Amino acid sequence: MLQRTIPLLILSASGLVLILSYFSPITETWSEQVVSWFNILAGVAFVLGAGNLLAVNLEKISSKRPGWAYAAITLVSFGAMLVVGLSKWGSVPDAKYPNVHLAGSQDSTQAGYGWAYEYVLSPLTATMFALLAFYVASAAFRAFRAKNLEAILLLGTAFIILLVQIAAGAFLTNWIPEDSFFAFLRAESLKAIVTEVFQTAGMRAILIGIALGTAATSLRLILGIDRSALSKG
Amino acid sequence: MKQRNEQLPPGIRGFLIRMGQIDRRWIYLAVAVAIAAPMLARLRFPEVPGRMAHATFDAIESIPPGSRVLIAYDFDPASAAELEPMANAVLHHCASKGHRIALMALWPLGKQLADDAVRDILLEYHPDKVEGVDYVQLGFKTGNEGVIKLMTTSIGEAYAADASGKPITKIPLLEGVRTIGDFQLIASISAGTPGAQQWVQYGDSAMPDAFKFVAGTTGVQSSQLLPYYPKQMEGMLIAIKGAAEYEMLVTEKYPVTRSADRLALGRERMGPQFVAHLLLIGLIVLGNVSMLAARGWKGAAR
Repeated sequence: MLQRTIPLLILSASGLVLILSYFSPITETWSEQVVSWFNILAGVAFVLGAGNLLAVNLEKISSKRPGWAYAAITLVSFGAMLVVGLSKWGSVPDAKYPNVHLAGSQDSTQAGYGWAYEYVLSPLTATMFALLAFYVASAAFRAFRAKNLEAILLLGTAFIILLVQIAAGAFLTNWIPEDSFFAFLRAESLKAIVTEVFQTAGMRAILIGIALGTAATSLRLILGIDRSALSKG
Repeated sequence: MKQRNEQLPPGIRGFLIRMGQIDRRWIYLAVAVAIAAPMLARLRFPEVPGRMAHATFDAIESIPPGSRVLIAYDFDPASAAELEPMANAVLHHCASKGHRIALMALWPLGKQLADDAVRDILLEYHPDKVEGVDYVQLGFKTGNEGVIKLMTTSIGEAYAADASGKPITKIPLLEGVRTIGDFQLIASISAGTPGAQQWVQYGDSAMPDAFKFVAGTTGVQSSQLLPYYPKQMEGMLIAIKGAAEYEMLVTEKYPVTRSADRLALGRERMGPQFVAHLLLIGLIVLGNVSMLAARGWKGAAR
């Protein structure tokens, strides 16, 4: 009862209120309440996430599983950021309350948290993302082969997009008069055809499919037909 | 029928096949050079603003000066190289036009990026702007699309105070503002979820005619957002090229005299993109020529 029925009732009630709020102004304030609860839960999820991070990584270290050193680095970094952030180490005193340490700002690099953001987190995440360029180039060289009709179409589209996304596309096709029959071969027209016709058509179909699937799944959850969300998993 | 690769001299054929098996470290080196060299040489190419850049520019231009604009920094430092230039240009554009700007973030690290933009763009080029009157930093709020949904009925429920802790009821810029429908334009600079798609689904769809919505997005995410343009999104800036085109439009109309490089980041980054794209095309051609040399035209088409 406590483990399944009550959560199911909360789930159904929340879902129904959110649906009704779209159709009736009376239930609008109820929806505000439900969304506020959701936002509080999302905040609590951060704490749960931290707990899970600790549990998973501590287990990895204690059992000396492959890559346990990375788990240790993760935990040390996590702990350091937590201490620096919560203690507001090095924070800049607030103009209004200069004697209240916790009122200080952590935004500048003078503060430990600001320093770690600016000189550790920011360059590290940017580096990780930048590495994609290398992998994409290597993967494109090895895998982008015109082996069949589908691959040729994909290759052709990639060529068009790669060219029109740089000045070379305009340089190569600007000689085609804008009012001629072949104007569709100009870079901007080719880009529009690929992105706004083929790509948009495909994405709309996918989005409509996702929306129908989401609606069906939501109804199954709200009506209690699908109870997989309540399983311990 | 005789296969074409048999017509190639064995030396050339062997060379082409070997090129197809080139060590990936050479490719990495080529990419590094293709990106670093144009950056060091500050290589720039002329950009022709496209339809979407014009649409974004026009959307911000079309609302009267003094309008309230909400800019959501829905990205983090990982995507900053691609999205920061357009975020800077949007901020400068809104400030130059005299709009009153509220900044917020649905991503935890978006707030810091918005703070940087306030320092480097807003206060650098518009030192007369007053916090609370001309701009306000609402900060990050957890809850993803839930925050947007809440803001369609009550901003105060989502943000009781701004990032500095000042109650929003005491902020002149937000006087009389109850929902996001009280903003004339919303711009989401978005790297994923939550981002522009959620703003369309939960914000724009709840009050379709209340405000204009424009988005800046990464190249990878653009395919998900294209179906919403131009009906739900008046304008859309795609990747660094979109940023470069929009920067041109903004700085042509609202030029700055000092530290102009901060509003030219997009055009600056198009240099490495130009060379890297050409390298990518070259590598794909090389890979296919090598495949054809190894298998022949008929074999390749199998």
